[in-house]
Amino acid sequence: MANRFPGYDVLAKRDTLSWNDKTREVIAERLAMSERSDLLSDRQRATLRTAIDRIVPQPEGRAPVNALALLLAKIADDGSDGHRHHQLPGLRACYERGLDAIEEEAKARHGTSFHLLDGSQADLLLSAIERGDVCSNAWGDLPPAIFWGWRLLPDIVSSYYAHPSAWSAMGFGGPASPRGYVRIEGDRRDPWEAVEADDGTLIPAARQNKHVG
Amino acid sequence: MSADDPQQVPRAKGGRAPDVFEPGGWVPMRSHSQDEEVDFVIVGTGAGGGTLACKLAEDGFSVVAFDAGPYWRPLEDFASDEHHQSKLYWTDERITAGANPIKLGANNSGRSVGGSTVHYAMVALRFRPEWFKARTRLGYGADWPIDWQEMWKYYTEVEQALTISGPINYPWGPRRPRYPYRAHPLNEAAKLLARGAEALGIDWTETPIATLSAPKGKAHRCVYRGFCVTGCSTNAKQSVLNTWLPRALTAGAEIRDLAMVGRIEVDKAGRATGVHYHREGAWHFQKARNVVVAGYAIETPRLLLNSACEQFPDGLANSSGLVGKNLMVQLNQAAWGQMKEEVRSYKAPPSLTISEHWNYEDRGKDYFGGWAYMSQGPLPITWVKELAGQRGLWGQRLIDEMARSNHNVGLKMVGEVLPDERNRVTLAEETDRFGLPIAKVEFSYSDNDRAMMKHALSFMDDSLAAVGATERWKEWDDTCHLNGTARMGDDPKTSVVNADGRSWDIPNLWVCDGSVFPTVGGVNPSLTIQAIACRTADRIKALSARGEL
Repeated sequence: MANRFPGYDVLAKRDTLSWNDKTREVIAERLAMSERSDLLSDRQRATLRTAIDRIVPQPEGRAPVNALALLLAKIADDGSDGHRHHQLPGLRACYERGLDAIEEEAKARHGTSFHLLDGSQADLLLSAIERGDVCSNAWGDLPPAIFWGWRLLPDIVSSYYAHPSAWSAMGFGGPASPRGYVRIEGDRRDPWEAVEADDGTLIPAARQNKHVG
Repeated sequence: MSADDPQQVPRAKGGRAPDVFEPGGWVPMRSHSQDEEVDFVIVGTGAGGGTLACKLAEDGFSVVAFDAGPYWRPLEDFASDEHHQSKLYWTDERITAGANPIKLGANNSGRSVGGSTVHYAMVALRFRPEWFKARTRLGYGADWPIDWQEMWKYYTEVEQALTISGPINYPWGPRRPRYPYRAHPLNEAAKLLARGAEALGIDWTETPIATLSAPKGKAHRCVYRGFCVTGCSTNAKQSVLNTWLPRALTAGAEIRDLAMVGRIEVDKAGRATGVHYHREGAWHFQKARNVVVAGYAIETPRLLLNSACEQFPDGLANSSGLVGKNLMVQLNQAAWGQMKEEVRSYKAPPSLTISEHWNYEDRGKDYFGGWAYMSQGPLPITWVKELAGQRGLWGQRLIDEMARSNHNVGLKMVGEVLPDERNRVTLAEETDRFGLPIAKVEFSYSDNDRAMMKHALSFMDDSLAAVGATERWKEWDDTCHLNGTARMGDDPKTSVVNADGRSWDIPNLWVCDGSVFPTVGGVNPSLTIQAIACRTADRIKALSARGEL
């Protein structure tokens, strides 16, 4: 789909009253995050990168989202979200086993690594995992559909939508403290909110979005 | 590690506690030595424990309240960012099981001084009076040992303390006093609920909500930033952190942050003598005449079970065998759709309108219990998890759908789940970083739950259709809130505590949080938990005056 919010960038508001110091601090840290190479095997990281690329494609014409960096940091912490499905192992072990199983599944089906599959092959394989319809023995007692629904999918989409580029692409207002919003009725926007491309206004959205701040 | 990181280094010590209204500010705090046998140790400072700490301190009791979480100053510690603000959640490991395992940690568990109220949605509702006698009056669940008229008085006290913003006239239930502050203006998501309700011929109203519609003290009114459920960085939200606890400190209560209570000590005579707690890298023991457990519906039974000893091998207060049982979530299913106009539901508190019609109307139901529904305003991460997890979207379809979020509209229920002993909290073999066995939580929907969901989803979908929403879909699996697991009652055989929250087995051991609920009703529980805490405090004061503590 074409860019619905041309020219809109949440980061343009970084130095306005919509961002407090704490927000500036945590978002700057996130934007600066790099992908750890000391975690998981090279193959496991390649598998995870491909899964991320298929599940949450990069936004068009915007700074790339570093979802992999954020997710690797989470795997490094090996913490918890406050719950663990009783059929899944702990966070890091779950990724190690699940990513290995995806790789083996690719080999069993296509005789090649997951990260070397073309897009539609990779998507079909991920759909099979989503349905729990797998053929590799590498899954063992790790239920593929539960790994998908309780671990891989929520972690990947959460990591992606923690990035300002993803917020800009969806026209989200982004950080909003302390200023907040004034116009909360339908079809109204504050001057510091995104303009949608096809909203019928006389001034093109791309021009208006340059002045959001 | 920074020396002023409130997640690493306790702030409330050395005779002072953070001033939640001033960046870098402090207020004086009375301190007690560990050898001093204080009147009350309270484990947890959320809606139950924080409220009780305030009330007991104001009644002149010596109080030390423990919380495993940090003591935040919202103005300097809170970002406008879902990811970062997950620091407010209880994210220690818990095993989740049963036919419909609950997702714990975010919308249902807090780890902060002030508890989950620091990230609650602020919806401040009273129970329907009949729910206090659900078994006798409505034929399901269990009766509360408390009468609704008495609760009405305590609801008023809490609504005043939290300066609730609400409508002039509430459409359902017995008369109630005016809410202290006027209702908030409606955002578009809220108006769409209202228009749908009008079209379907039922009542709706502005939601009574614990965020300021006008200034109060050092807090200014709500600025409609919409990040309510990830913590309010402006203090407009009236949480336990910035209402009851400042009062508690003024009245002489001590609060110990980053202090995890691991075990309640019981002497040979079968009385609690204090608590073992972990703080600053070591275990300590605080003596007390009374111990109140207020850790919410998972940590409360976990602590009681982890405190098993020679006299009480099955855990404390557990002669009924009911500690940990009858865990009740609430149904949180939703109907969603797309509007032609821009809704931008990320602005303002998410639930500014509500209909409690199906809490008060029983005709036409093929199930027990009630439900309310409210307008919604999910933030991006919450929303993408619903689209991916519930609607099965991923890939470019997911990204494209997210790009239409500003046109999204939704209605979400808070529905009554019935008590069922099979839904429960037990101890797992696995231990946490303190060496304490972690909780295993089992939950399964019942046929009654499914019948309620079906009715509610169909009704909410009709409401969306009536306002012209298209591409509608139903989210079938979500839950909110946690209650039960240490229910109150009149009979020691079928309850854990009495109407005062006092355990039947150990006279100086009390429970004060959502665990004591025999039933949950179809409203958010925080107002009722705080009202129960106010009542418990009054009862303790009366019992103390008679020498019956």
